[in-house]
Amino acid sequence: MGNHSDGSPNHSGTVATAGQNEVEKFQDPGIPPHRLRLADTDPKAAKRAERQVAILFGTSVVGTVIFLVAYFAIDLGDDSTIATIRLQNALLGVGTAFAMLGIGTGIVHWAKALMPDHEVSEERHAIREEDDRQAAVRIVDDIVEETGIKRRPLIRNTLLGAVALAPLPALAVFGDLGPRPDDKLSHTMWAPQEGKLKRLTRDPDGTPIKASDVTIGSAFHVIPEGLNELHEGKLNEKAKAVVLLMRLDPASLNPSPGRENWGYNGIVAYSKICTHVGCPVALYEQQTHHLLCPCHQSTFDLTKECKVIFGPASRPLPQLPIAVDDEGYLVATSDFNEPVGPSYWERDEHERNINS
Amino acid sequence: MSATSTAEAPAFAAKTKGGRITDFVDQRVGGSGILREFGRKVFPDHWSFMFGEVALYSFVILLLSGTFLTFFFDPSMAETHYTGSYTPLKNVEMSVAFSSSLDISFDVRGGLFMRQVHHWAALLFVASLGVHMLRVFFTGAFRKPREMNWVVGGVLLILAMAEGFTGYSLPDDLLSGNGLRIIDGVIKSIPVIGTYISFFLFGGEFPGTMIIGRLYTLHILLVPALILLMIVLHLFMVVVHKHTQYPGPGRNDGNVVGYPLGPVYAAKAGGFFFIVFGVIALMAGFFTINPIWNYGPYDPSPVSAGTQPDWYIGFVDGALRLMPGVIGNFHFEYVIFGHVLTLNVLLPALVPAGIIFTVLFTYPWIERWVTKDDREHHVLDRPRNAPTRTAIGVAGFTWYCVMWAAAGSDLIATHFHVALNDVTYWLRALFFLGPIIAFVVTKRVALALQRKDREIALHGRETGRIVRLPHGEFIEVHAPLSEYKRYKLVGFESPVPLPAVPNEHGVVTRKENRRAKLSQWFFEDRVAPASPAELEAGHGHHEAVEAGEAQKTLSH
Repeated sequence: MGNHSDGSPNHSGTVATAGQNEVEKFQDPGIPPHRLRLADTDPKAAKRAERQVAILFGTSVVGTVIFLVAYFAIDLGDDSTIATIRLQNALLGVGTAFAMLGIGTGIVHWAKALMPDHEVSEERHAIREEDDRQAAVRIVDDIVEETGIKRRPLIRNTLLGAVALAPLPALAVFGDLGPRPDDKLSHTMWAPQEGKLKRLTRDPDGTPIKASDVTIGSAFHVIPEGLNELHEGKLNEKAKAVVLLMRLDPASLNPSPGRENWGYNGIVAYSKICTHVGCPVALYEQQTHHLLCPCHQSTFDLTKECKVIFGPASRPLPQLPIAVDDEGYLVATSDFNEPVGPSYWERDEHERNINS
Repeated sequence: MSATSTAEAPAFAAKTKGGRITDFVDQRVGGSGILREFGRKVFPDHWSFMFGEVALYSFVILLLSGTFLTFFFDPSMAETHYTGSYTPLKNVEMSVAFSSSLDISFDVRGGLFMRQVHHWAALLFVASLGVHMLRVFFTGAFRKPREMNWVVGGVLLILAMAEGFTGYSLPDDLLSGNGLRIIDGVIKSIPVIGTYISFFLFGGEFPGTMIIGRLYTLHILLVPALILLMIVLHLFMVVVHKHTQYPGPGRNDGNVVGYPLGPVYAAKAGGFFFIVFGVIALMAGFFTINPIWNYGPYDPSPVSAGTQPDWYIGFVDGALRLMPGVIGNFHFEYVIFGHVLTLNVLLPALVPAGIIFTVLFTYPWIERWVTKDDREHHVLDRPRNAPTRTAIGVAGFTWYCVMWAAAGSDLIATHFHVALNDVTYWLRALFFLGPIIAFVVTKRVALALQRKDREIALHGRETGRIVRLPHGEFIEVHAPLSEYKRYKLVGFESPVPLPAVPNEHGVVTRKENRRAKLSQWFFEDRVAPASPAELEAGHGHHEAVEAGEAQKTLSH
C-alpha cells in the first residue's frame, strides 16, 4: 500500500501545541444524520416487532409457571435424593431464567425496535458556578464568625481535646473480643499429663497405634490420646496437635545431635500444621520422602528433618519426640520443643521458654 | 415549586383516581420537579457502560437472595450431629452453621437454588466491578471531575472483596475453614500486634467458637451497609457529573449525546436488570458452585488437593504461593531483637495488594500532575489514543493475572502435566518480567493502531477491489471515509511532553524536573491525529504513491 505517512514518533520534546491548532484540526461534523429503522418505515415490521415483544413477555409467564410447578410438585420429603434436588434446582433455574429473561429481552427489544432512537444532545452545566462559590464562602465566614470560635481559643481548644479523647472508650470497649495470647500457642495436648505419656492415636477414630503396625513406607494421620473425649476446645487443640507419622528406612534419616532418640526404628512424627500459614501438610510422597502442603506447595524433606526444600515456608516442620511404651504403643515423650504452626511475633521468645 | 404559589394558583383537579393519588403525593414531595429534571436526562449509550450496571444489579440480587438465606442460616459454631436428609453425612459431628447450610441445600425447597444464585451473583458482582474499573481506567474516565468517584469505586472493590470473603467463610465447611486458617496465619505474621489481632478476631485460639458469628454480623450488616452507602455516593456523583461519552462526531466536553432517560434509556437499563437476573438464574440452575456437602465440615486435619479460594482472593493466595521462603541459605523468616519477622508471609500478603491499590487510588492525581491538565474531561479516550496509560494499565493487569494464575499453580501443573516446581519458577519470573513485556507490547500495539487510524483517515478504507491501471500496475482501490467516520479517527488530543517550567523564583525544582521526565516518558512516542492539510496533500496524488515525508513531521 505504498509509502504512506506513518506518523512515526517524531522529534521528542516538541512544544505542547504542536499539531493541535484549531485550523489544523478537522471540524466536528456534528451528530450523524438519523437513519430510520425498518420498524419506523414499514408498519408490517413494526407490527412484527410488537408481536415478538409480546411473545417474549409470554415466555416470562411460562417461566413463572415452570418455577411454581417445580417448587410445589417436587417433594423433597425426608428421603430426597441428590437427583431429586438436582432436578428441582435445575427447574427452578430454568423457570427463573425464562421469567426474567422474557421480561428483560422483551423490554430491550421494545426499546430498540419501537421506541424512538433519535440521539439527542444536551448541554453540560458547570459543576460549580463561581457566584455559588463566593456565596458559600460568605456563608461559611458568617457561620464561623457567629460561633466566635476564632475569638475564643479556650472553647476551641477544650473542644478539640474532648473530641480527640471521646472515641477512646469506643475502642476500649472491644477489649474483651478475645483473651490475651500469653503462651497459649506454645503448648499442645502432647505434653505428658501427671507423668503419663500421651499415646499416638489414629485420626479420626482415636485408636492407639502400635509400633509394629507402622510398616516401612506407611504414613498415619495422628491425633493425641484423649482428644476425642474433649468437650470444649476440641478443634482448637486439634488445630495444634495433629501429627503425621511415617516410617522410613532408619539409614535414610539423618537426625541432628540431640534428636537421635526422637524417633523409633525409623518411625518419626512431625507436626502436620504448615509453618507457612497453617494448612495441614497432608500429602506424603512416599518415594521421595517429601511432605507437600496442598495450599501453597511448601515442600519439606523428611530425610533432612523436614527442612524446607521448596515453596513459601521458611522453617522446618517441628518434630514430635516419640518412643514406645511397655505395651508396644507409640507415645510422645514430651510436647513439641517449639510452637507449631505459622510464625508469630512472640514465637522465638516462646521457643526459648520451652527449652529453658 | 414554592408552597405559596401552589396555594394561590388555580387548584389543579385530577380527573382519574390514579391522577388524584399522584397529585396527592406530588403536592407533598415535589415529584414534578424531580421528573422535570431527570425524566428526559440524556444518557450516552455504549456496550462498555453496562459493566457498572451488571455490578449494581448483581448487588440487588445479592441483597434479595441473601435475605432469603438469613431466614434459614444459623451462624453458631456449637457442635451438633447432622440429622438432615443428606445420607453420607448422617450423624457426622459438625457445627450448627455447617448443618444449617446443609439444611438450606437439602431440606429447604429452593434453598440450594438461592445459595447458588447468591454465590454466582457474588462472583459476578466482583467480576463486573473489576471489568467496570478496567473500562474506566483505559478510557480515562477517571480524569477531572471524576477522580473522587474513581476512589469511591476502588473502595467498593475492596468492600466487595471483604464481603465475598466473609460470606465464603460462613458455611464452616472444610474449604472455607482452611481459608480462615490461612487468614489467621497471615494475621499472625503482622509484627508486634499480629498475635493479638488473631486472638481478638477469633475470640481466642484458632478456630475458636466465635468467628463465624462475627463474620456473619460483618457480612449481613456492616459491610453491605458500607457498600450501599458507597453505591449511593457513586450514583450521586454520576448524576452530578453526568455520564462520560465516547468520542465521535457531535460529541465534545461541553455536551452529552445519547438517549433520553425516558423511555429508551430507562427501558434498556431496566430490562437489563432482568437479563442479568435471568443469566444468574441459569448459572445457578445448571452449574454447581461450592458443593459444601462434598467438602464436609471443617476439621483442622484433612485438606483436599487443588484447594482454591473464590477467584477475587486468588491474587493474594497466588502471591503467597510465589514467594520463596528460603533462597539459598537466606531465610525470609528471621529473628530480630528476639522477635520473629515473617517476611515470607508478610511481604506477599501485603505488598502486591498494597501496590495495586495505592497506584489505583493515586493514579488520577499522578497523571494530573504529569500532564498539568486541570480541564474537565467528559469525552473518553479511546485506549489506543493514550498509549502510555493503556500500557500502564495492561502492565498492572498482567501483574495481577500472574498472581492470579499462581493461585492455580497446582491445577496448571496437573492439567498440563508439567512439574509444579517449574510452573512456580516460570510464574516467579513472569511476576517481574510480565508487566515489563506487557507494557512494551501494549504501547507498540497502541501506537500501531493509531497509525492504522491515520492511514484510514487519510487514505480511506481498503475495499478489497484490485484494479489494473493502463500501464499495468495493480492497485487496491481505497474508499474515502464519510466525514463522520473520519472524525471518529481524528478527533482526539495528542499531548506532547511538557518541558520543566521554572517556578515563580525562576528555579526549576527537582520535583518539576522529575515531572518533566515523566511527561517525556508519557508522551515522547506519539502519533498525531491526521490533519485536513494532510488529507488535502493526499488527495493531490491519490495513486497511493506518496512523497511520504512532507506531511508526517509534527513539529511545525
